[in-house]
Amino acid sequence: MDECYGRTGTVLHIDLTTGAATPEHPDGTVYERFLGGRGLAGHYLHPFVDREYTDPDLPLLLFTGPLTGTESPTSGRGTILSRSPLTGAVCDGSIGGGLPTRLKKAGYDGLVITGRAPAPCGIEIDDNEVRVVETSLWGQDTDAVLHALERRLPEDTSLACIGPAAENGSLLASVAVDHRHGGVRGGLGLVWAAKNLKYLTVRGTGEVRVHDPAALVEAREAIVRLTMASPVLMGGHGFSHWGTGALFDLINSRRMLPTDNFRKTWFDQGAEVNAAALARLYKPRDHGCLGCHIRCRKIALDGRSLPGFETMAHFTADVGNADPEAAMEAADLCGRLGLDPVSAASTLACLREITGKDYTDKTLISTLRAMAEGGDLAAGALNLAQACGRPETAMTVKGLELPAFDPRGGYGLALAYAVSTRGGCHQRAYPISHEVLRKPVATDRFTFSGKARIIKLAEDAIAACDSMNACRLIFLAAGLEEYAKALTAVTGKDWSVQSLLEVGERTTVNERRMNAENGFDSTDDDLPERFFTEPGTSGGGVDVPPIDREKFLAARRNYYWVRGLDENGDPTADTLQRLGLDR
Amino acid sequence: MKTLCEKYAAKLAAQGLATGHGPDAPLVGGLDAELVWNREDPRTDVLSGLFSRLSINSLVFVRPAEPYRTILDFLAARNPDGIRPEDTETRTFLHDIPVCGEFTAEAMAARLKRRKVIVIPGQGVAACGTVTPEQGFVSVSSAVFATFVLFFSDYLNRARNVTLDDEYVDVFSRVVRLLPAPRTDLPGLATGPFINEESVVAAMAEAGRKVVGFGLVDSFFGNISYRLGETIHISQTGSSLDELEGCIDPCPMDGSATNGLTASSELSAHEDVYRRSAFDCILHGHPRFSVIMSMDCERDNCPNRGRCHIHCTECRTVDGVPIVPGEVGTGPTGLCHTLPPAMAKNGAAMVHGHGLFTAGNNDFNKPFARLLEIENRCRDLYFERLSQYV
Repeated sequence: MDECYGRTGTVLHIDLTTGAATPEHPDGTVYERFLGGRGLAGHYLHPFVDREYTDPDLPLLLFTGPLTGTESPTSGRGTILSRSPLTGAVCDGSIGGGLPTRLKKAGYDGLVITGRAPAPCGIEIDDNEVRVVETSLWGQDTDAVLHALERRLPEDTSLACIGPAAENGSLLASVAVDHRHGGVRGGLGLVWAAKNLKYLTVRGTGEVRVHDPAALVEAREAIVRLTMASPVLMGGHGFSHWGTGALFDLINSRRMLPTDNFRKTWFDQGAEVNAAALARLYKPRDHGCLGCHIRCRKIALDGRSLPGFETMAHFTADVGNADPEAAMEAADLCGRLGLDPVSAASTLACLREITGKDYTDKTLISTLRAMAEGGDLAAGALNLAQACGRPETAMTVKGLELPAFDPRGGYGLALAYAVSTRGGCHQRAYPISHEVLRKPVATDRFTFSGKARIIKLAEDAIAACDSMNACRLIFLAAGLEEYAKALTAVTGKDWSVQSLLEVGERTTVNERRMNAENGFDSTDDDLPERFFTEPGTSGGGVDVPPIDREKFLAARRNYYWVRGLDENGDPTADTLQRLGLDR
Repeated sequence: MKTLCEKYAAKLAAQGLATGHGPDAPLVGGLDAELVWNREDPRTDVLSGLFSRLSINSLVFVRPAEPYRTILDFLAARNPDGIRPEDTETRTFLHDIPVCGEFTAEAMAARLKRRKVIVIPGQGVAACGTVTPEQGFVSVSSAVFATFVLFFSDYLNRARNVTLDDEYVDVFSRVVRLLPAPRTDLPGLATGPFINEESVVAAMAEAGRKVVGFGLVDSFFGNISYRLGETIHISQTGSSLDELEGCIDPCPMDGSATNGLTASSELSAHEDVYRRSAFDCILHGHPRFSVIMSMDCERDNCPNRGRCHIHCTECRTVDGVPIVPGEVGTGPTGLCHTLPPAMAKNGAAMVHGHGLFTAGNNDFNKPFARLLEIENRCRDLYFERLSQYV
């Protein structure tokens, strides 16, 4: 039997219908092929990916990676993955806080949760003790649930739960993790609700075995040194100092800040709601996930979380609001209701364009509350726009609302949005890294030249990162070269940049084939028409024309070729065979 | 892609790292849907095999010009498992430079799976990228810089410790003969003070080009800033000093905006120099002998040996120019803590294993002159110290 370094060797299956918890000990080759986190969770989803979210057999997957719970920097991450109720595509969310670390230390590489409890329930894990318990917390908002659990459970317990939005069937339902570390998109909170699962608590007191602690120290030093050398992460203008809201001024100045539902790309009142303005108003302190030295989360004096860049940008520029307190309140309310703030704000922006009515601070909040109660608003921008006969106003890809980066301002970003396996998401390839932040080197953001392969390679790298479960942000400083050394030190297996990229490729293509099996094709790998017909807001020496559709389609064809897909965007038989993903 | 391949091949030649023409001229390949090379060469048959074995989109291969070729071949022969320089560039970004004994796609790919740049003795240096050929260019340039510094540093240490052998002496002698003569002329930069953003940016771009033209930076990096009122204009992270147009960030010192997210990682250090002094411009380069001399120390038995770059407590200078420890960036051992007080007092400082900073008033003429003067003094000093032992 393989030595279990960097993993526990146990995946726990919890059937909520019966309350049974059954450990599984996967073969070592499964770990080598899928590593952990997003990769391994995708492996477990595949046999059931055609199930609707209401089907008890559709698994809800929570997985850690081999670095989770070790001294490797930013290792306190994990993955929640299932089929998205919002889009029907495979969807994952990267979670932090302390929950992934504690799950691993409790002895589990991951949880496979199936079934449907006969009554609202919670899962409580305390090392090897696993309980499925009925709960009276159904109907409570996330703050109330988490505070109630904190009062009852030991201090070193981590917590996750859903809010009223999920209970009311919102397709934008998210998951709260340790108060401030959820941010799960795609309506995955609704999968919890469909299983009658209100919350999960985890306490773990074990240790994660590391093969070569001294080598891990050396690898850690190299990664930390690179982080310290990163102006984006640790500089005076960086995320460590300001939170990811540091991006606000830069993205606005690059004329790629979505404004008025992406009808403009520059927000005149940016200085009133940027990170510096928030810092003046709310005097934040630093907060971070377990195992992280960047600590990009910022907590206001009154205890509310400062919104990250995407949430703040969408609740200001995209909905036409220059009141920072209204945006703060909206973001906080999303957290308590269990709504994905990016999708919620984008849906509000869509509604504003359809109705032509601006929000006041009161209507912004009341509309959000309505969104958590069900109806068209709870179904996201695409469903809302279609219901109103205005489908062109939905700024979505594959039904997932776009985050706060306008694709006319970065053509790699445009391609990445279009081909992303989870829909309107920049984090599959994070081209902001080189098109805006100049890492690892700068690229010309207004060209598709070379972008097809760049996006493919970046998708593979990020999938590997999500499978190791390191924070994506640290790859703005360190790279797979450094993380391969950390992973080798932890696991005792010989990892290289190349072997990590191969895991990342397998993970991404596995997601592609799952989407294809659910009917996704090249028509879904596309952007809203607006980006091909309307210019952004030029100025400040930057010209933002519409994207040339023919060049976009040529880049997408190149991507398909580079990725080993057919003309429909479906993995070819050769690609599947090469990656050991035969149907 | 082909345009980018040609651009970085030309930059390697312009930097003096390779010949611009002939069989030793750089080979730069780029792959999107199709693989293209900057020029035809029979070795691309082998090098193309790297694209099928590695997840990369670009490759730079170059047989370096002299004296770098001799240095690399010599160090590779003595360190067949890999070369480990100790300058900041290597500590932070390269880590080490693997040596590959064969010019075959299999052998080279095996090493490039783990590291961004490798040396193939007698053949050249190869580096790959996943974004653009600029990555390979930077890696090759950094490797050449790092091995140059290592070669001269090691030679002086061995001379001091009487561990030189005949081969080392011969190779060193040949390398020294191949060194270009030091520049002593000055460029005559625009005179200040500059009163608006346009003139500041133009002056910075001009100074940047001259710093490169005089060979005072590696990889064309380093950084440069100018204080205009309460705003610091500074070169962006990873920007080439010879291409600064469009790559200068205005950063307000009052913390009212975060535009400086893409600014040089040394923005904090520059800011603090300005806060502590009346200077209004700063130049930072990586002149080679300045870096070599910043690392040279006779105290073999010092308890900080091996951690000099962060823990040196000695008050070291080169003719009054202080040498301070400090790593890139803003961490607890970052140069942002050590450089500003030294700069504010002296208008110039060296960071151990990293490079040289100079400051001035109104325009870049004085900082440039000091950069050049200190580098030339360090070069003289190197050979003066060496003469004590050989």
